[in-house]
Amino acid sequence: MLHFARWKVTLVLLVAVVGLLFSIPNLFSDQTLQDEYPSWLPNGKLVLGLDLQGGAHILMQVEKDGIIKDRLEILRGDVRSALREDKIGYTGLAARDGAVQVRIRDLAQLESARAKLKELVQPISTSLLSGGGATETSLEVNNDGLVRLVLTEEGINARVSSAVAQSVEVIRRRVDELGTTEPSIQREGDSRILVQVPGLQDPDRLKDILETTANLSFRMVDTSMAAETALQTRPPLDSEVLFEADDPLNPKPQNERTPYLVQKRVLISGDELDDAQPTFDSRTNEPVVSFRFNTSGAKKFARVTEQNVGLPFAIVLDNEVISAPTIREPIRGGSGIISGSFTAQSANDLAVLMRAGALPAKLTIVEERTVGPGLGADSIAAGEIAGIVGAAAVVVFMFLAYGLFGLFANVSLIVNVVLLLGVLSFLGATLTLPGIAGIVLTIGMAVDANVLIYERIREENNYGRSTIAAIDTGYSRALATILDANITTFIAAVILFSLGSGPVKGFAVTLAVGIVTTVFSAFTFNRLVVATWIKYRRPSKLPI
Amino acid sequence: MKKLRFIPDDTNIHFMRHRRWSFPLSGTLLIASIVLFLISGLNYGIDFKGGTLIEIQTAEQTADLAFIRGELNNLGFGDVEVQEFGAPNDVLIRIQTQEGEGEDAEIAQQRVVDQVKATLGNTVTYRRVEVVGPRVSGELATTGAISVLSALLAIMVYIWFRFEWQFAVGAVVATAHDVIMTIGVFALLQIDFNLTTIAAILTIVGYSLNDTVVVYDRIREDLRKYKKMPLKEVLDQAINRTLSRTTLTSFTTLLALCSLYFLGGEVIRSFTFAMIWGVFVGTYSSIFIAAPLLIYFNLRSDSVQKPGDEDELEEAPAS
Repeated sequence: MLHFARWKVTLVLLVAVVGLLFSIPNLFSDQTLQDEYPSWLPNGKLVLGLDLQGGAHILMQVEKDGIIKDRLEILRGDVRSALREDKIGYTGLAARDGAVQVRIRDLAQLESARAKLKELVQPISTSLLSGGGATETSLEVNNDGLVRLVLTEEGINARVSSAVAQSVEVIRRRVDELGTTEPSIQREGDSRILVQVPGLQDPDRLKDILETTANLSFRMVDTSMAAETALQTRPPLDSEVLFEADDPLNPKPQNERTPYLVQKRVLISGDELDDAQPTFDSRTNEPVVSFRFNTSGAKKFARVTEQNVGLPFAIVLDNEVISAPTIREPIRGGSGIISGSFTAQSANDLAVLMRAGALPAKLTIVEERTVGPGLGADSIAAGEIAGIVGAAAVVVFMFLAYGLFGLFANVSLIVNVVLLLGVLSFLGATLTLPGIAGIVLTIGMAVDANVLIYERIREENNYGRSTIAAIDTGYSRALATILDANITTFIAAVILFSLGSGPVKGFAVTLAVGIVTTVFSAFTFNRLVVATWIKYRRPSKLPI
Repeated sequence: MKKLRFIPDDTNIHFMRHRRWSFPLSGTLLIASIVLFLISGLNYGIDFKGGTLIEIQTAEQTADLAFIRGELNNLGFGDVEVQEFGAPNDVLIRIQTQEGEGEDAEIAQQRVVDQVKATLGNTVTYRRVEVVGPRVSGELATTGAISVLSALLAIMVYIWFRFEWQFAVGAVVATAHDVIMTIGVFALLQIDFNLTTIAAILTIVGYSLNDTVVVYDRIREDLRKYKKMPLKEVLDQAINRTLSRTTLTSFTTLLALCSLYFLGGEVIRSFTFAMIWGVFVGTYSSIFIAAPLLIYFNLRSDSVQKPGDEDELEEAPAS
C-alpha cells in the first residue's frame, strides 16, 4: 500500500493541481476574471443560489380546469353549429363533467347526428402523440338519443402541454424585457413553469408581469344604455360591464372605478399587434403606449374606425378597460397610442406585455420564494466565517491528536476543500446556503477517514507490528471500511438530490461531491504524503 | 509531544452488558417520541403546511413586535406568528395558509403578501418572502416522507449486499431509532420542521450509518478472526477497538457543526441543530443499539463463518 508507481504519483498530483486550477477563479471578482485572468485557464466560478445572491423563485401552474372549461365551451359552440347546419333537432346542449352532451330529438336523425359529430373528433395534432391515433375527444352515442363528446385524457394533456410550452415562450419574452441577468424559465413536470430571476430588486413587479394573462382586445363601447343602468338592471345580451383598470398612483377598489358597457364582440385582438412601445404624449407629456398593428390588423382597424367615427371604443386588457377614447377620425396607418392613467413604469410594463403576447391559459403562482440581496450577502458572510472557524478548529484538533500525522491529515483536508470547490466550479453547480453547510460538514467528516486509518495504524503497532508494516496494514484494512461508510452516506445524498428543491439540492450536491473528494484526498493523497515521508525519513518509531 | 486522547488505547468496556439499560432507555424514548409526535405533532413550516413567511428588517434598532403583531392580526388572515429572528430589528412573520378550493387558495395566499406589504409600508426591508401554496406543500410533504423511507430502504439493500442480512436489519433499526428520536426532539421543542429538516434527517441517516458500518465492519472482521470467542466478547471487543475513532470523528464533526450553529446565521440554525442532535444520537445508537442488537440474530451459525475464509487467523488475539 505504501509503494506508489511513478505514474500514480503523477496522476494523484495532477488531480490535485487540476482541482486547484478549477477552484482558483472563485477567489477573484468577475471583473478581474474577465480583464486580467489568463483566458486559457479554467475561469468558471461557483454559481450562487438565489438564497445567497438574492432573487426570485416563482413556480406557476397552468390551470387544467380552466383549459378544460375553455375547450368545452368551444366544443359546445362547434356542436351547436354542426347540428344546426344539418338541421338536426336537439335539446339540453350542455357542457358538464368534462364532456359536451346533447339529446337528439328525433331518434331517426341519430345516425346522421353521429356522422356529423364524428367530424368533430379530431386526432391530436401535436407531433409526438399523434402516432397512436389518439383523439382529443371521443364520441358516445346512446340509443335513447343522448350524445356525448368526452374530452379524453390524452386530449387534455396535449392541450395542457402545449399551453405550458407556449406560456414558457411568452414568459421568456416578458422576463427578458426586465433586463435582469440570466433569468431561467423552465418547465417543471406536466403543468408547471419555474421562473428564477437572480438579483432582482422588485419581485412584486415581476409577479405582476408574470400573473397578467394579457388578453388584449379592441372592442366598441355599447352606447345603447348607460353603464350604470346596465349594472343595476341587466346589460344587453351582446355586451358586458367592465371596469376601468386601476390607477397605480391612486388605487381604488373595483366598485369605485368607472364602469363601461362594452360589446362582447372583439374587433381586433392583441395577436394582431406588431409592436408596442412606451413613450410620452407630446401635448400632455404624460406616459402613453404607442402601438402598431400588422397588415391585417391595420386593415381591420382602418375599417372599424371609418365605420365608427364619433363613437367610443374600448381597449380591454384582461377584462379591464385601460382606455376608452372616442374615434375622431379614421385611422388608416395601423398605429395609435393608448393613453390612460399610466406611470412611466406601468406604461413600459404594458408595452412589454403587448409585445410578448397573451398567455394561452391562466397561470397561478403556487410557490414563491424571494430573497433580498441583503440577506443573501449576510448568509454568505456568516457561512464563510462558520467555515473558516470550523475548519480551523478541526485542523488544530487534528494536530493536537496526531501531531505530525495530524499535519498530514490537515494537508489532505486542504486538498479536499480545494478539490471540492474545483469540482463544484467545474460542474457549474449552484452553491446554496445549505450547500455551504454541506461543505462545512464535509470538513468535519472528512478527517474521519484519516482518523480511521491512524487509529488502525496505532492498533496494529500496539500488536507489535513494525512501524512501516503497521502503517501499511492500517491503510489496507481501513480502505474497505472507508468505502462502506462513505457509500452509505453517498446513497443518502443521491436520494436527497432527487428530492430536489433548490437549496436542498445544493446541499445534496456538495455532500455527494464532498464524499468523492474525501475518499481521494483523505485516503489516496494522504497515503502518498505518508509514503513520501517514509521514503525520506525511514522512521523507526511511530509518531502517532 | 503528548498527544490528545479521549479514550485510552486499552479500554475494555462491557458494552453488551450495558444493553440492560440502553435498550429500555431507547425503547422508552422511542415510545415517548412517537407519543409526542402523535399528541403535539410537529411544528411544520410552510414547506409542508403551506402559508406565508416574511422576514423583515426594521429601520429602528429594536422592532416593535407587539405593534407589528397587532397590525397584522387586524388583517384577519387567521394565525399570525411574529417573532424576533437573530437580531432585535430582524422579524420573522408567519401567516397560516389561506382557505379556499384549488387555485382560489393560491390566489388568496398571494393577496396576503400584498396586504402585509401595504400594512407595513416601505420603512421596513423585506429580506425574504416565501409563499407555499397548499398544492405544492402537499407534494413536498409526500416527497419528503418518500425520500426518507427510500433512503432507509436503499441503504438496507446496500448493507445486505455487503454484509449479511442480520447487519442490514441491525443498521436499519439503529437508523430508524435515530430518525424517530430526531422527530421526537422536534416535536418536543416545537422547532420548525421544513424541507431542510428532511435534508438534515437524511444526513443524519448517512452519518449514523457511517458510524454503524465502521463498527459492523470491525465486528465482521473479528468474527472471522476469532472463531472460538463467544459472540458477546467479539462484539465488546470490536466496539472497544473502534471507540477511539467513533468519539474522535464525532468530535470533529461536532466542531464543524457547532461553528455553523453559532456563526452560520439564523436561517440554517434549525438545520444545524438537527444535525448536531443527530451526531449525538447516531454515535450513541451505533455503540449501544446497533452492535448489541446483533446478539439476538444468531450470527455465529450463519454464513459469516465460511470455512476457509481468506484472512483467517492472521495474528494472535491481542492482550
